[in-house]
Amino acid sequence: MSSEVSRRQALGLGAGILAIAVAGRAQPAQAAKNDAAELIKAFAGGKEPARSKVKLDLPEIAENGNTVPMTVSVESPMTPQSYVTDIMVVADGNPRAGVVTFHFTPASGVAEANTRIRLAETQNVIAVARMNDGSVHMASKEVKVTIGGCGG
Amino acid sequence: MSQPKPRIRLDKKEAKKGDLIEVKTLVSHVMESGQRRDSAGNVIPRKIINKFTVELNGKPLFSADIEPAVSANPYFQFKFRAEESGTLKFTWVDDDGSKIEAEEKITVS
Repeated sequence: MSSEVSRRQALGLGAGILAIAVAGRAQPAQAAKNDAAELIKAFAGGKEPARSKVKLDLPEIAENGNTVPMTVSVESPMTPQSYVTDIMVVADGNPRAGVVTFHFTPASGVAEANTRIRLAETQNVIAVARMNDGSVHMASKEVKVTIGGCGG
Repeated sequence: MSQPKPRIRLDKKEAKKGDLIEVKTLVSHVMESGQRRDSAGNVIPRKIINKFTVELNGKPLFSADIEPAVSANPYFQFKFRAEESGTLKFTWVDDDGSKIEAEEKITVS
């Protein structure tokens, strides 16, 4: 409708193609830009999270970093004896690492939640889950972002 | 200021005990991150929904602590196990302390 929107989209698309071309060649992991590692350490209470049980569903490539669908789930019977208490999600390339922390109860039945998140650029999203027995599990996924979600 | 009306959808409002009920919620909110600048170069102050809670008959069921990295018009989807009939209470808390609230009834047989 408005010419401004179409111009923006056209520019974004051009930048996106460039970003894909560059990202394809670049090495996958870069040094952390924010306090993601500290947040994980504090959340895990000093434990080393096991890379198991947590499933993080995100697109390989997010065309629009302003709204990236994310589902996180954890294998658990979700009974009063054994359940997931919290899942923290952080993003290591955003201006601030914190994204969202979900809190569950045995009445949840299943430890699964979905929301839509902002990603400023290509980066790793990390989910860390705490169980009622104190064990900590995690999963991470790299998302390539073509149009960053923090512009203004 | 008129409060935005949240949208809530349950995949079923009548369930058998033990069934999983899926809940989808959406509320209109700018979720201003506090990272953006206006045309004069001034930082636009942060204004987000920072907490979302769901209670069943007054007992906590699900909640989320929310950072600016959650998209505008925050959407949440989650499930719970139907154990008792009653009222689900949904609350969204704004940085300014205001709350958006909604309720849904469920029947469990």
